[in-house]
Amino acid sequence: MQSPGAIEISRRDLLAASAATVTVVSAHSLSHAQTKATTESQSTKVTFKVNGESRELRLDNRTSLLDALREHLHLTGTKKGCDHGQCGACTVLIDGRRANACLTLAVMHEGDSITTLEGLGQPENLHPMQAAFVKHDGFQCGYCTPGQICSSVAMLEEIRANIPSHVTRDLTAPAEITSDEIRERMSGNICRCGAYSNIVEAITEVAGRKA
Amino acid sequence: MRAFSYERPASIEAAAQAAAGMDGAKFIAGGTNLLDLMKLEIERPTHLIDVNRLGLDRIEATPEGGLRIGALVRNTDLAADERVRRDYALLSRALLAGASGQLRNRATTAGNLLQRTRCPYFYDTNQPCNKRLPGSGCSALAGFSRPLAVVGVSDACIASHPSDMAVAMRALDAVVETVRADGTTRSIPIADLHRLPGDTPHIEHVLEQGELITAVILPKPAGGKQIYRKVRDRASYAFALVAVGAVVQPDGTGRVAIGGIAPKPWRKEAADAELPNGAKAAAAKLLEGARPTDDNAFKLTLVERALSAVLSEARG
Ligand SMILES: Cc1cc2nc3c(=O)[nH]c(=O)nc-3n(C[C@H](O)[C@H](O)[C@H](O)COP(=O)(O)OP(=O)(O)OC[C@H]3O[C@@H](n4cnc5c(N)ncnc54)[C@H](O)[C@@H]3O)c2cc1C
Ligand code: SF4
Ligand code: FES
Ligand code: FES
Repeated sequence: MQSPGAIEISRRDLLAASAATVTVVSAHSLSHAQTKATTESQSTKVTFKVNGESRELRLDNRTSLLDALREHLHLTGTKKGCDHGQCGACTVLIDGRRANACLTLAVMHEGDSITTLEGLGQPENLHPMQAAFVKHDGFQCGYCTPGQICSSVAMLEEIRANIPSHVTRDLTAPAEITSDEIRERMSGNICRCGAYSNIVEAITEVAGRKA
Repeated sequence: MRAFSYERPASIEAAAQAAAGMDGAKFIAGGTNLLDLMKLEIERPTHLIDVNRLGLDRIEATPEGGLRIGALVRNTDLAADERVRRDYALLSRALLAGASGQLRNRATTAGNLLQRTRCPYFYDTNQPCNKRLPGSGCSALAGFSRPLAVVGVSDACIASHPSDMAVAMRALDAVVETVRADGTTRSIPIADLHRLPGDTPHIEHVLEQGELITAVILPKPAGGKQIYRKVRDRASYAFALVAVGAVVQPDGTGRVAIGGIAPKPWRKEAADAELPNGAKAAAAKLLEGARPTDDNAFKLTLVERALSAVLSEARG
């Protein structure tokens, strides 16, 4: 984990710096210095790993992790559906855990490891989940598919880590891989084409193979 | 989204101080509610204070036999904690009934408590809404109010509080611990955290500007059967129309909090006292003074029926 002090220029440093400058300059420069400080502090330098490779970016603070991946790093495998946490198309793994990349800021991920669909596997070397989606026709248009695949890979890990779900009957017993569990746990990934049945089949096959 | 500056303070004290005296400063935790609202410019902070790396992500036993849950513990981790599953099953169940796996991995204990309403007009910036724009009027009163509140409401606002977790916390008598900018701390019983709308629906809780939630304390386990029953339009990934969180003892006594019907998790001592007499009697106390709309009057019946189902499950 990254130490919290590592942020390159803090707002306080900037404000302190501009305040120091203005003691010797005119009121006009005062407002100018403050404006400048504000604009600069609206971006932040951030370094994180994406698919194993260290990436350093200076980003407008508003940039979502999703936009950083797609627009700045040109990893367009991760999709933008709703941009509001409702569809799951933007699902990536952050330090191995699935998350909606649209509802987190890139600058909040200093030192984190991000895995996108591209990092799971490539056409010549597919991840077993990617291969299973192809085999079982787990898609039609394919737009939700990167999110479905990232989500399902992490979801199976959650079951193995004994994280319960809404349909887990006994909270004190180990979590099981059943079709009901898979459906409930994948409910954060919407498929407008309705490929759900084939998606569940693909996931079930991978789950069985690894179990 | 409006531009803002961003900082990652090094300590809890620094975080609370950073927000003091700066009206536009806000804490960001999971970001799953705040960023959603910032994109729509419903929330417009000028400065964000990232509280994710302050070491507030632990769950510890208290000397009183309860649990101290760090404000930044993720909803997934809280629901999966062995002690919570064993001794506070109601809390695990409520958390697991909310949002999606992805969202629960980011959503935090404090952020969940302070999440804002899902009233459709609060989200639609073209419509009047007293909560979003004080004094502009309430579009829900004569509009689509099916998901909204029936008790604790005012002429200014009938928004419901959307949290599942908060319902369990209310039934379990949780206490919220905070630190203020001047370094002083306080403990706020969850019953007193959220405010009713009155004529200031934009003020939703009692926290001061810059007051940071550091933990939520659970008293020692309540025992009994702990049941969370959420009624919603879809079987998963939907907010509650009505949710019942109950702790029922073998002798039929217990406590109950309701979600989806009020601006805060709703509990009444008088209703707890009626639990041994059945759902009808308890629901009557819970719904005293209810002011439903034509759209959401169904919730009155639904509360009684959901509670009835919970009580028979507890007996069974
Ligand atoms: C599609 C979707 C479906 C959902 N479904 C459900 C559902 O069914 N049930 C449910 O209960 N919830 C649901 N949610 C809401 C979700 O639970 C909340 O968004 C989440 O719990 C908020 O936590 P957070 O840490 O992300 O908060 P943030 O968005 O980071 O913050 C929320 C608020 O809390 C403040 N805050 C955060 N931490 C602190 C602190 N330590 N001290 C003081 N203030 C603080 C922030 O300033 C902000 O005002 C859903 C959300 C989405 C997007
Ligand atoms: S119910 Fe409250 S949140 Fe909804 S429109 Fe009325 S004032 Fe706004
Ligand atoms: S794009 Fe992130 S959930 Fe839809
Ligand atoms: S394959 Fe088209 S949205 Fe899922």
